[in-house]
Amino acid sequence: MENINAKYVSQKISKTRWCPVSYSSLQQPEVFATGSWDNEDNKVSIWSIGNHNNSGLEDGFEGDPQILCEHKHGGDVLDLQFLDQERMVSASSTGAVTIFRYHPNTHTISVLQHWARAHSYPCDNAPCTALVCSSPEIVTVGEDGRIVVFRADQEGAVRVIGEMRTRMLPPHKESSLKLSVVFVRECRQQHNSRGDLPKDHGGFDGDRAPLHCVDRHPNQQHIVATGGQDGMLCVWDVRQGGTPISLMEAHSAEMWEVRFHPTNPDHLFTCSEDGSLLHWETASHSEMPSFLQGGRNSSVISHGALTPAGGNRPLSSAWLCGDSGKGCLETTHMLPSQTMSVNSLDIIGQCLVCGTDGEAIFVNRHVPV
Amino acid sequence: MNGRICLNLFKLNFTVFDIFLIWLLKLRVESSVTPRYLNLDTIFSSRKHMGFAWGQGNIFVYETLFKATGSGSPFIHEVRKDEDIYSPILRKLFNESHHIFVGLQTIREDLPSKNKKPQFVSISKNYRSVIRACMEELQQVAVSTKNAEMSVQYGNQVSILLAIELIWNLCEVLFIDAAPAGSLLLHLLDWVRLHKADVDEKARDVLQSDSPAEHRDYWDVVVSYVLQGRLDEARQMLGKKATLTPAANNIFKMMDNLLSKMPFYNPGGTQTLTEFDVKWRHWHEEVDRCLQDNSFASNQHLEVLCKILLGDEDTLLEHKDLLGTWYHFLVSRLLFCHPTVKPTELHYYAQSCMTMFLDSRSAPEPLDSILLAAFEFDIHQVIKDCSIALNNWWFVAHLTDLLDHCKLLQSHNLHFGSNLREFLLLEYASGLFTHHSLWQLAVDYFDHCLEFGRVYLELQIERVPLDTERKALKVLRICEQRQMSEQVRSICKIMAMRALRNNRLGSALSWSIRAKDAAFATLISERFLQDYCAKGTFSDLDLIDNLGPAMLLSDRLTFLGKYREFHKLYGEKRFKEAAKLLLSLMTAKIAPRSFWMTLLTDALPLLEQKEVIFSADQTYELMFCLEELTSSLNTPSSDSDKSMQEEDVELTKVELLRLALSRNLAMAIVKEGTVET
Repeated sequence: MENINAKYVSQKISKTRWCPVSYSSLQQPEVFATGSWDNEDNKVSIWSIGNHNNSGLEDGFEGDPQILCEHKHGGDVLDLQFLDQERMVSASSTGAVTIFRYHPNTHTISVLQHWARAHSYPCDNAPCTALVCSSPEIVTVGEDGRIVVFRADQEGAVRVIGEMRTRMLPPHKESSLKLSVVFVRECRQQHNSRGDLPKDHGGFDGDRAPLHCVDRHPNQQHIVATGGQDGMLCVWDVRQGGTPISLMEAHSAEMWEVRFHPTNPDHLFTCSEDGSLLHWETASHSEMPSFLQGGRNSSVISHGALTPAGGNRPLSSAWLCGDSGKGCLETTHMLPSQTMSVNSLDIIGQCLVCGTDGEAIFVNRHVPV
Repeated sequence: MNGRICLNLFKLNFTVFDIFLIWLLKLRVESSVTPRYLNLDTIFSSRKHMGFAWGQGNIFVYETLFKATGSGSPFIHEVRKDEDIYSPILRKLFNESHHIFVGLQTIREDLPSKNKKPQFVSISKNYRSVIRACMEELQQVAVSTKNAEMSVQYGNQVSILLAIELIWNLCEVLFIDAAPAGSLLLHLLDWVRLHKADVDEKARDVLQSDSPAEHRDYWDVVVSYVLQGRLDEARQMLGKKATLTPAANNIFKMMDNLLSKMPFYNPGGTQTLTEFDVKWRHWHEEVDRCLQDNSFASNQHLEVLCKILLGDEDTLLEHKDLLGTWYHFLVSRLLFCHPTVKPTELHYYAQSCMTMFLDSRSAPEPLDSILLAAFEFDIHQVIKDCSIALNNWWFVAHLTDLLDHCKLLQSHNLHFGSNLREFLLLEYASGLFTHHSLWQLAVDYFDHCLEFGRVYLELQIERVPLDTERKALKVLRICEQRQMSEQVRSICKIMAMRALRNNRLGSALSWSIRAKDAAFATLISERFLQDYCAKGTFSDLDLIDNLGPAMLLSDRLTFLGKYREFHKLYGEKRFKEAAKLLLSLMTAKIAPRSFWMTLLTDALPLLEQKEVIFSADQTYELMFCLEELTSSLNTPSSDSDKSMQEEDVELTKVELLRLALSRNLAMAIVKEGTVET
């Protein structure tokens, strides 16, 4: 916790995203973007944790985020994704989708493309709730229950996939699975849309909590983690469908974001309305003595899981072992006691950034992964 | 108008009037700071008739007796209550202090108060450091901004924060830490040093010059150091002069000796207060001897220093410009005259120092009287004066809360509301709630107001605009955590209505299920059924299929779920089960009468199947249902204005049904008869 750097920014943060770095360069990320919500004037801002002036300092307060530039944003920023290193896409509560371009040399932001009513009702705004990008395609979902596909270089929508509730969804591009959508039924539709889950899988065993976030395992694409309104973390194997492989009590309120570590997927991060940010670690390195693992965890809570511990079977993925029991999974609180909701998190390498309703950004540059 | 308000309030309650006055005064302070707003003074003095409309955190003021003189239309003035919450930098103060506030509330009640004191002091220090951080940022912005008006505004905010921090620090020393005699003075010295930091700047200038000892501010710095009791630094400074003037080396050495020997009380040590007092008196006599035998007569500066060390009031007062304030004078005087001052004696010295220091002509400023009240240990006066003088509720609310936790406000009860702490917290939190973004912070403040917090929250939370589902979920979570079922229902209903308006039936249904709103669920189920009748297909199948126990929320919803189940069975060609379900929907009166015709029509294809699905008994029941329906339909239809064509369709349907039923009955009887034999 001593590595955590807090910065109060006078705006409630709804999304935080690292600017992607090229993996070949083995660099730690330095620049991240934030989006605000519930302000009179909402903004998209670019921050840097690099040390421009005081290059001599190695540790200490080196990582204090400095604002580089900001741009006005109509409506709440409900989602924010980087398309590539210079372009990012935002989803607005007005239903608009905007591509911003960040100029690293001049530290300015400009609007590249703006779809004003990407999501809308005939006589009302429909907030655009989430988006995923896979350059050049952008897929968005909105409260109007539609999926819209845009291309960064084209004016109009490429495709509108009507009401999500109709079963006629064509097989969709893979990334749509990552769309965080509001309700289970919608999310399930997405599974269906890929043909991954059998059509009649008899519901979710009475577990009907709406989902708020989805992330898929970076290497093993069939493993999906979801978090919902009840704060439960579910890990699914989409090949098996039906019921989640493991179900863990993670938070006491809505889970807003779940993230596998992009390069070390044994680690998973979740944040929630209850104001906590959790670091989950599957102990797949069982040869490592436990005292080496336990040392750095200040507070460890492990919750029971559905199935009892299954011993030391050799496993393809620790997440699918089905026993998230006490020996297998360790969780660590990443933030000092917080009361305000943590709305978003992002992690690249050892750097983690998250934003809260308490108008603070937390940056941790030394996440033990 | 002014008079009338006051009269009414006098009738109500005197203390209410008191608080109301504070309110008005606060309004005035703000309105005079920002020219956008009306200065109530002018209105009150111009004898106009005025009306008020109270709002959330603001009031509308308008003239009730307006004569159209052609000079324009009447104005409605908006007077805002707490202008500070709109400052982006002060928002950091609110957010950070919220965190500290919540931490303070979780300190356990049952700990012995001895263990809690260090915690309270550290919390108080946390609050102050947040104020300081905010102040520094404001100062930077005030310097860097090019807009002169804004710069002045930032400057004002800095000076307000400075005053707040000064008062808070003093309250921390006197009330929270409650230092006993001896260490009290040390704390007061720290307090003065922290708020009279210009000495350090001056000292830096002097030291950075080519010859510090010749600098024109040299003696000012030395004297300032001595006045603040920073004797080691004063000795170092003196050393620079001594090396330059070897002739006077002797008397410099003597002064250095006196300074180094001055005793300071060490609260952690073994020395008792009496021992310290004896030691101090010895030192004092030694200084006095030096002055009496004119040892420093050759150097007037050193002689002045010597007089200061003796606590000579006239000499101290000659350095008014270095002292700056009367409370600095007070602390310096205590340092050199009464180092073992008891807290109870403070008010006497404070009063006399203030009258000595201030000109008799100039009246004390609000800050002076607040500090004086603090020295008199009159906590309520401090809070009251701060409420009047400062332009925000932040300070009084947090300070009062902290003092209340220290059990210092026990005896005081207001004639209205709960107690002072709660009253101030509620005011502050209500102010936050009027802000479009800070309302979330206010929730925790309301939570910790035991008596009226919940009522306030209930009233305020309903007025948060719900732009997106995510915001609605956040508000909903707040209500659900506090079991505010009425508000939960109202929020869900708003969201359900919105979804319904945009024809998103599934979304509307899930909102009303979350609210457990049976009436609304019935309404939406009705819409689903209507849609089905019109289009022949269901929307939001996955939701309806997975209703589970939520299905029991309302009869109509149960019917919807069961009816959908029938379709599913039918689709899976499980005809027997489907037929049984269909019949039970009618016989168990789950289906509304208006829907029976549709159900019977749905039975048609089952009746027309090659194999017998409905048994004879079941067919009788179906026939009974049909007859019941037609008899009830026929009676009112005589005078209804249904079109002939529609009636025709109905009649044909009934005919078809009767035919199918009788054929099925025949087949069933034959089949059942065959099986029996």
